[in-house]
Amino acid sequence: MSLPDSSVAPTASSSQPPPPSERPGSIVLAARKLRVWYGTSLALKDVDIEIPRHQITALIGPSGCGKSTLLRCFNRMNDLVAGARMEGKIEFDGESIVGPGVDPVALRRRIGMVFQKPNPFPKSVYQNVAWGARINGYRGDMDELVERSLRRAALWDEVKNKLHRSGLELSGGQQQRLCIARTLAVEPEVILMDEPCSALDPISTARVEDLMDDLKDEYSIVIVTHNMQQARRVSDKTACLMLDESAKDGHRTGVIAEFSSTDRLFTNPVDPRTEAYITGRIG
Amino acid sequence: MNPSIAEPKYQPHRVARRWAGPIFGIACFLATLTGVLVLSVVLGAVIAAALRQPGAAPWYHLGTNLRELFDLLVGLVQKPQSSDPLRAGFRAGVVGSLWMLGLVGLMAIPVGVGAAVYLEEYIAPGPFRRIIQTNIANLAGVPSIVYGILGLALFVRAFGMKEYALGRTLIAGGLTLGLLVLPVIVISTQEALRTVPNSLRQAALALGATRWQMVRDHVLPAALPGILTGTILSLSRAIGETAPLLMVGAAGSIGVLPRSPFDRYTVLPVEIYNYAKNPKVQFQTVTAGGILILLLLLLTMNATAIIIRNRYARSG
Amino acid sequence: MSPTETRPFVSPDELWSTGSPLRSFAESAITVGLFLCALVTVLTTTGIIVVLSVESVEFFRQSGVSLFDFLTGTELKPELSPPKYGILPLVWGTLVIAAGSTMIALPIGLLSAIYLSEYAPKHVRNLLKPALELLAGIPTIVYGYLALLIVTPMLKAIFEPIGIRVETFNALSACIVVGVMIIPLVSSLSEDVLSAVPRGLRESAYGLGATKFEVSTRIVLPAALSGVVASFILALSRAIGETMAVVLAAGMRPRITLNPFTSVETMTTYIVAVTNGEASHGSPKYLSLFAVGMALFVMTLMLNILSGLVLRRYREVYQ
Repeated sequence: MSLPDSSVAPTASSSQPPPPSERPGSIVLAARKLRVWYGTSLALKDVDIEIPRHQITALIGPSGCGKSTLLRCFNRMNDLVAGARMEGKIEFDGESIVGPGVDPVALRRRIGMVFQKPNPFPKSVYQNVAWGARINGYRGDMDELVERSLRRAALWDEVKNKLHRSGLELSGGQQQRLCIARTLAVEPEVILMDEPCSALDPISTARVEDLMDDLKDEYSIVIVTHNMQQARRVSDKTACLMLDESAKDGHRTGVIAEFSSTDRLFTNPVDPRTEAYITGRIG
Repeated sequence: MNPSIAEPKYQPHRVARRWAGPIFGIACFLATLTGVLVLSVVLGAVIAAALRQPGAAPWYHLGTNLRELFDLLVGLVQKPQSSDPLRAGFRAGVVGSLWMLGLVGLMAIPVGVGAAVYLEEYIAPGPFRRIIQTNIANLAGVPSIVYGILGLALFVRAFGMKEYALGRTLIAGGLTLGLLVLPVIVISTQEALRTVPNSLRQAALALGATRWQMVRDHVLPAALPGILTGTILSLSRAIGETAPLLMVGAAGSIGVLPRSPFDRYTVLPVEIYNYAKNPKVQFQTVTAGGILILLLLLLTMNATAIIIRNRYARSG
Repeated sequence: MSPTETRPFVSPDELWSTGSPLRSFAESAITVGLFLCALVTVLTTTGIIVVLSVESVEFFRQSGVSLFDFLTGTELKPELSPPKYGILPLVWGTLVIAAGSTMIALPIGLLSAIYLSEYAPKHVRNLLKPALELLAGIPTIVYGYLALLIVTPMLKAIFEPIGIRVETFNALSACIVVGVMIIPLVSSLSEDVLSAVPRGLRESAYGLGATKFEVSTRIVLPAALSGVVASFILALSRAIGETMAVVLAAGMRPRITLNPFTSVETMTTYIVAVTNGEASHGSPKYLSLFAVGMALFVMTLMLNILSGLVLRRYREVYQ
């Protein structure tokens, strides 16, 4: 890992991260000495990673090495899994988000998530986008927010006449962009994407990738992907996760093998496991 | 290998086997039909009993008979209690049953759905949840008369504490029946909640929704058809119950219609039971008519519930 | 590029009211409310146990009857002095009805379940299953009435010509109607467990050249056996707890007899009889209904728990 340390000293008192005007530094999310258990099985070990702001960071690696687990730690979605436990620190804008005083509900508005299989609500397109904003107490103009979010997700032109039709009537690629629009509507700062294109056809995939590139001006994106070419195409930095060889009893524990800029990782990997993975010898 | 020389090791008994199957199949089919047969016999016999009068038209004059049946039933619904079989009817019972339907629905449905939501959406699977669920499953199997005993001691008499006792009122009966159908409502609502895909919950929570917002706006609407079906079936069960209400003091005969939940009352099944006990032959017609009214009411409710379930099962 | 320059809108604090104290209070209140709803179910069980125990103890205290005499006494005559409160006639009546009705319901229900699960084509199944459900929805008082209307006259017509006296209220009538009443229960529960047997099992049997009859009876049924047994136990429990059909069909005369053509009294009908009678509140006769109710509750509870255990063992094998 070759990133500079975060230059922010965490303030201990407040549990909410500081407002935008005071937000310094180029690191938006960080995990420090993170360990995650599901029941008695250790899923992630000693993870140290710093996610840069306004860039796309990819998490790659073979199945079962904890990429999604790591992603879900960032917005506390792992809390919902029975038996999941974590040790270590996770920081958002330099503030810890795993302490007792942190409200995960409020956190999830600011760190959004797009899932592998598009899961729009069984409601109209408009309602899909508006619902998240409404329950978060949005007091502005809802119509404007819906249109803005759909435009930002490159979906507006395709649905502007169908806003009151069900979201489930859209095609797979459109549904995924609807899910992205829905996430954008609550105005997050970070967007986590868990294999967002794996259920889509190549054309929809290309559109979503273009969208990601466009979005990184305003948001920080972390994407888990099985597709190495995709990681090469879209991301600025890549972390390669691997199974820990020293794990005993057949437990599958993930560790970060290497984390560096995408170009460096794919052309000149330092860790032999990374090299083995990207050349296809393992995974 | 010459089969005629080799000793037969396998004796397939093909002929016998080929016949055993269809015979068994027919036996099973007839067994299943018993149910349908009974339904038809029930309806037929009761209708015949209701229409039994000297000079009645023969059974195949369907038009006349149906019209007569309709008149009879409408008349019975409107006539009050009476010891004169020519003037006796089920007005008090029908009104009481409708009151009961409302009271039980008002009390048992929110509590039942709330309990199911709590168990399914708010607690993780574990020993705590399993204990409560086992308890509910056991409650569902407790005989209805035991609920009547509970209602008698708790609601009607309040262990002898006169200030808290509700007496033999509609509300006491409603609470008793409410407790009776509560486990059924909880179980069927839980099943309906389980059919909602988890991806919906995750999507809602990832947007920063609280658990209640997720349940209220996404899980409950999606589970609504299943919840409705289970609720309607539970209510129809409550309407048909006799024994618990006998225990908590539903009157066999009552002159005045109840006007508030704190009045005395009777319900249709209890009234039917009352008339059925009467040895006078003319009351048999009245009893049969009452049974028909009850069956029609229940059939409508159950059919509605089944239609709801089938329609949404296909589109859901 | 500073983060604030890219945002075209006002500061988040003005637009979003996430995490307002009012919202968290409402959320907690709702959670507590839902918990209380779940608590009602626990309180119901507690209530039943408390009521039955307290009043049963009071019964034993007031009547002077010992628990042993209650459980083993063969006479139930509260009007005597000293009054006799033996529960055995009631237990006998209950078991007679339960045995008779399950003898009718179990074979028919099981055959019907086999038909629906193994033989019936899809559209026939979709027609017959709801029909059976409708049957299950018929209230018990209708069955009681049926006994008086059809079954007892039929029995009289069959047996009286050959010299057997059939009373208006008789146990056989009750057995028949209660049996028919629980057929849908046996059928639907058994059908659920039969359908849960994995397809692979059937297919491998067919592959070996078995007929449908053989597959159903020699492969599927044994595989689902504990589940079917669990449904039988539940049906038995239901027959034991049945009241109104028995009241109208079998009358209320407590006696231990093997004659199916006379009236018997069961635990359930005794409870109804005491309530409708003139026993004053607080008298031993009134209190005896709680003691009998306790016996009934314990009996059905044990059967239900047993059924649950057997079913869980079945599920463990297949899941």
